[in-house]
Amino acid sequence: MTVDLGSLYQEIIVDHNRRPRNFREIPGADRTANGDNPLCGDRLTVYVKVQGGVIRDIGFVGNGCAISTASASLMTEALLGKTEREAEALFGKFHDRIAGSGRGADGSLGKLEALAGVREFPARVKCATLAWHTARTALNTPGRTASTE
Amino acid sequence: MNRSSALPATGPLPAAPGVSRARDDFPILSRKVHGKPLVYLDNAATTQKPRAVIAAIRRYYGTSNANVHRGVHALSDRATRAYEEARGRVARFLNAREDREIVFVRGATEAINLVAQSYGRIHLQEGDEVLVTTMEHHANIVPWQLVCDRAGARLKVAPVLDSGELDIPAYERMLTSRTRLAAVTHVSNAVGTVNPVREMIGMAHARGIPVLVDGAQAVPHIPVDVQALGCDFYAFSGHKLYGPTGIGVLYGKAEHLEAMPPYQGGGDMILRVTFEKTTYNAIPWKFEAGTPDIAGAVGLRAAIDYLDAIGLGAVSAHEGELLAYATEEVERIPGVRIVGTAREKAGILSFVVEGVHPHDVGTILDHEGIAIRTGHHCAMPLMDRLGLPATARASFGLYNTPAEVDLLAEGIRKARELFR
Repeated sequence: MTVDLGSLYQEIIVDHNRRPRNFREIPGADRTANGDNPLCGDRLTVYVKVQGGVIRDIGFVGNGCAISTASASLMTEALLGKTEREAEALFGKFHDRIAGSGRGADGSLGKLEALAGVREFPARVKCATLAWHTARTALNTPGRTASTE
Repeated sequence: MNRSSALPATGPLPAAPGVSRARDDFPILSRKVHGKPLVYLDNAATTQKPRAVIAAIRRYYGTSNANVHRGVHALSDRATRAYEEARGRVARFLNAREDREIVFVRGATEAINLVAQSYGRIHLQEGDEVLVTTMEHHANIVPWQLVCDRAGARLKVAPVLDSGELDIPAYERMLTSRTRLAAVTHVSNAVGTVNPVREMIGMAHARGIPVLVDGAQAVPHIPVDVQALGCDFYAFSGHKLYGPTGIGVLYGKAEHLEAMPPYQGGGDMILRVTFEKTTYNAIPWKFEAGTPDIAGAVGLRAAIDYLDAIGLGAVSAHEGELLAYATEEVERIPGVRIVGTAREKAGILSFVVEGVHPHDVGTILDHEGIAIRTGHHCAMPLMDRLGLPATARASFGLYNTPAEVDLLAEGIRKARELFR
């Protein structure tokens, strides 16, 4: 069985890796968390500013592969302006699409669909989910470190 | 095979094949990955197995399997002889003075843990020091942290230069009157540096300090003579030496092993057990509690025989040429930097590609059928020292070819294209 490399490194992934969006610390962020993929050494920090239950600002810094950087970048775009409840729902949907049983899941994830190709590369799934674990930790238990292990 | 061998031969042994024809001895190398011929360049993680090793294990289970050191029956005797002959073979391979200086363990990691837990427990006290180096594999760091923590001893770390070579004068200065043991790697698994261990052992011994050498990355590449080195302990894994997983070796000078308490308790390591007092077995069995990996030892012996037939000198020369060629070809690619530029290196080429994370390099190469390792190589302190989160690492074995190096270079170029 061969899988197409192009399904993993889509144009949008390469672009978000080269120019990650919201790649910045947020001074005064009220929720932050570190994320760690001990297996490959990827590390990042996610900063979130929540007002009235809505994500008003979100950013990240760190070092990782193209998949983890692009996933973090796309995530910040997707979560900006969402309520905490909407964010939680999106975490579930994204995780299901990338790593779970949701192969044929209907609801399109929009731009995030570009990451669905990771499904065919089991060794890289954790790269795609690291930022999401970290953002979720920031929202639910700020100050903790999320780990893919 | 001669008549004294415990295992029946199934046919004449192949003549020394030489490195150039060795490829055909490894069945797995003819398979395809992602539709491309496999280019296996992850030998520092584990090597592939020649037919001779696979056959020896099958033959053992097919003709000789029984437990060792127990039964009066024929098969037990045969299994015991096969196991002990393997020990003798390892002793000759390392040029140990005596067979009983060879302890079979699961791998280099267990060998180091054994020394840390057994030797460390009786020799380390509060304020004492154990000296390691920045370039150690986690397996030669964490066991010492565990035992130092318990004893209140300190783990000292000899520094590494930008080239990936050890700062030898600093290492020598760090050998103090409080140092109880130095534990150093022979060859760096992450960047390939060959350390001047003989000189380093001499420096330690001049101060009465024993030395453990982690030889996991050395034995597949360079001939090792523990008596010439003078080391007190030497550890390696069978699976990096074309042998099976699950078997490894701790060499220890008899005087040390004699004085050390058992590492694990159980069958085989005792002479007599009562609830009042248990008498331990002699070395090496004192350190081999429970049924050992007999088939693993048999497989390791076959691997050593195989390697010997080719000649480790020839292997060394072949890999040296490959490494030189690969260094040249990979260095030529714009935006690629070799990590680890020691004058003496063995079998390992670590590199980073500007703008392409090592994991992405790894995935792209995998797609071309090329297996390399990416990440921190279980040497996070070294990566921190070099200021890198990760590298891509190609590591060579006796069956690799210059044509495979060309494919590697081509793959790296493709990765750069994709991320342009």
